Amino acid sequence: MSLADHPSAHADAPTSPAGVDLASRLRVWTTTVDHKRVGIMYVLMAVVFLVIGGVEAVAMRIQLWSSDLEVISPDVFNQLFTMHGTTMVFFVGMPILIGIGNYVVPLMIGARDMAFPRLNALGFWVTLFGGLLTYFSLATGGAPAIGWFAYAPLTETTFARSAAVDFWALGLIVAGIGTVTAAMNFVATILAMRAPGMTLNKIPFFTWTMLWTSVQILIAVPPLTAALVMVLFDRELGAHFFDVQNGGSALLWQHLFWFFGHPEVYILILPVFGMVSEIIPVFSRKVLFGYEFMAAATMAIAFISLGVWAHHMFAVGLSRQVDLFFIVASLLVSIPTGIKFFNWLATMFGGRIWFASPMLFCFGFLSMFLIGGLTGIMLALAPFDFQLTDSYFVVGHFHWVLIGGTLFGTFAGIHYWYPKVTGRMLSERLAHWQFWLLYIGFFVTFAPMHVAGMLGMPRRIFSYEPDRAWEIWNQLATIGALIQAPSYLIFVYNLVSSYRHGKIAGDDPWDAWTLEWTTSSPPPTYNFGTIPTVHSRRPLWDTKHPDDPDWQYE
Amino acid sequence: MSGVFASGNALLAAAAEEPWHELSIFEPASPGGAAIVRLALLVLAVAALIFLVVEGILFYTIARFRHRGGSSDTPPPEPPQVYGSNPIEIAWTVAPALIVFFLVLVSARTLWEVNAAPATSRNVIEPLTVTVVGRQWWWEYRYQSYDGRKLAFITANELHIPASSPERSRPTRLLLESADVVHSFWIPRLEGKVDLIPGRTNQLWLKTDVTGLFLGQCAEFCGTQHAHMLLRVVVDSPEDFDKWLAGQALPAVDDPQQAAGREAFLSESCVNCHRIRGTTARGNYAPDLTHLMSRQTLASGIIPLDETNLRRWIHNPHDIKPGCLMPAFGLSAEKEELIVQYLLSLK
Repeated sequence: MSLADHPSAHADAPTSPAGVDLASRLRVWTTTVDHKRVGIMYVLMAVVFLVIGGVEAVAMRIQLWSSDLEVISPDVFNQLFTMHGTTMVFFVGMPILIGIGNYVVPLMIGARDMAFPRLNALGFWVTLFGGLLTYFSLATGGAPAIGWFAYAPLTETTFARSAAVDFWALGLIVAGIGTVTAAMNFVATILAMRAPGMTLNKIPFFTWTMLWTSVQILIAVPPLTAALVMVLFDRELGAHFFDVQNGGSALLWQHLFWFFGHPEVYILILPVFGMVSEIIPVFSRKVLFGYEFMAAATMAIAFISLGVWAHHMFAVGLSRQVDLFFIVASLLVSIPTGIKFFNWLATMFGGRIWFASPMLFCFGFLSMFLIGGLTGIMLALAPFDFQLTDSYFVVGHFHWVLIGGTLFGTFAGIHYWYPKVTGRMLSERLAHWQFWLLYIGFFVTFAPMHVAGMLGMPRRIFSYEPDRAWEIWNQLATIGALIQAPSYLIFVYNLVSSYRHGKIAGDDPWDAWTLEWTTSSPPPTYNFGTIPTVHSRRPLWDTKHPDDPDWQYE
Repeated sequence: MSGVFASGNALLAAAAEEPWHELSIFEPASPGGAAIVRLALLVLAVAALIFLVVEGILFYTIARFRHRGGSSDTPPPEPPQVYGSNPIEIAWTVAPALIVFFLVLVSARTLWEVNAAPATSRNVIEPLTVTVVGRQWWWEYRYQSYDGRKLAFITANELHIPASSPERSRPTRLLLESADVVHSFWIPRLEGKVDLIPGRTNQLWLKTDVTGLFLGQCAEFCGTQHAHMLLRVVVDSPEDFDKWLAGQALPAVDDPQQAAGREAFLSESCVNCHRIRGTTARGNYAPDLTHLMSRQTLASGIIPLDETNLRRWIHNPHDIKPGCLMPAFGLSAEKEELIVQYLLSLK
């Protein structure tokens, strides 16, 4: 079956043979330019930061258990939510998706590596150092307490005297450089390194979404970098970009930040759309319904998302005409997103749905992401948003999208590709425990937040008044967080224990259809002995069904 | 809908046997708030419909097409492959587009109903105009004009506005500014929130027929004590409001019995930040204390204003509001007592 049978395949693969000492293994990992090793390191980095960000979240939930607790001081609480948001967006969300893309995209398109392997390694190390630099702010006596979107002028030296904000800004600039190099690499790889026969309209869907995510990164991250440089200029060189006393503009920061910040949420969801668009067909045993419409919808989301940033700013006092523009633009995103949703359902409809763990997480994604999308529609309607913005409703909404959407989808992807990466299957039993604890815990944590928000509870408060009837909703949320917490530990345990004891996977455990499943598990350093030639979007379907190949219908 | 949250809360509050305040956005007391609730109920209904249809299809599909039998480790055999259908794709592009179009129309209508300047007519009096200055972590209210009369006093943390009646509309126009960082003014039952941004002046119109106390708090993260920057809006009957205005316009009470306390206050650094009209205390960095005792709360709404709390506050504000910008001055017990008694006389 394997196109890459070669005696040395396993020796070069990420699983180093026993007997090699730690130092040389470390050297191999730290000097590698292999896209697979780089991808694995991205994902492991993200998992470590996921645990750190999770601990920060649980600490906040404990403080909010009741209205009179003083477990955590106000300043520390403010630092916790700043670092929780920064960590989850920049050092968990983006690295985990870029890491999975790094591993899978070259394999999917029949390439031997990314277009620029050394740039690829640079991107990872720079992202990691960005994360460390951001956390190095703790050495100044405390992390920054500015919120992850760091509204000016809270970031000016007047209000943030310690160097924490400087480390934070530098860390994000450095990590941003890593993200941009990764995006450039994806664009070059996907445009230039595809296997013979794989025209642009035949590339696997995950690859297509990584292409458009990369385009979004290239457009959205540089403005953030520029804005962070402006913050550093203000703080260190006496500039006044955001300093109102000296003719600067506090509002300017909000425009610059959200011009990055809104495409960012699609950067965090498009690759996940790609993953579930790979997994749902395989586990429904049916081809993806409406590939062309799905592809067009992806492009539409990538473009429209560049014009919706001010829906985060409805309360800053824009004119009604501007509000209306951003209502329309924001609602337009729901049309291509709806198209995707219906196509996934149509793919499942008439299929034979196989509930192995990747599909279980896809079910979590479908059933929960929908709700996040619907509360998103509510937030897009400016008048309703005047009430909801900056309340706990928003906190509920974006966690619903980022956990119900991004995280469930990413877990689906990790459960799907883990056998390829390690050669072993994850434990299905542990995966089921992880899934149900997460599914229930997630619901119990974030559903009550919507209610608290509608009852007038603003976000980012370390304490609340006892006379406002918010306590019960906060207690539910805290209970939910405690239900969720073990699911992440089970996940990490499953990753580690299955690596040693998991069932041997073989090349193609899911009977799937894209090129990564033609090579060995784990694949050799060079991925493919012979570069395959493809004729359709599902090359392995053609191989497995020579009597009824896909290219007849495309 | 509105009832669900309200009555749920009432039950919870009753169970806890604590005094309890309504802050639900679904209990509006103003035309703007009510317009938002109409829009909210509409979009909640639309969302509920979409939710039921799509989740219904999802669960039906899973129930009907879930593969049963066979080993759980091996993939099921393949059913007929369906690659797509243009008419179907067009149908589920057009349907959401129509919903979007409808939602744009209704939200545009609501957009022009909320935070709206009142139409000028004979039963609408000249608005009460108040400049609201957001400060870390309290609210300054500079009363400008009302009913065509000029006002010239400053107060803090408790905003009084007049109630309208069906015959006579008494709108309030808030000019929102910030002295430091971004804050946000949010009284859920009266209107949506509007930010106070340094270097800008935003505007918020309030109007309600309901008298009483309306609560809220700063909704934009503004530093250490963001959580304790509470908002209190007292809607008075027109008569009460006139009385309150007249009281606030007077200079501070000069009680001869408190001459020593007054002297103590004026000799300390209190005067660098606080103002008491009619004395030499002219600071403009901290709350105006001219009629301190006409307010019900201290420290931006977090504790009741009484002798004990006032003494605790002056002794060390950071015991009550850690990180607040007023330092503990380490006054002698005697001086502290004099100042407390003086402040208590500022009715």
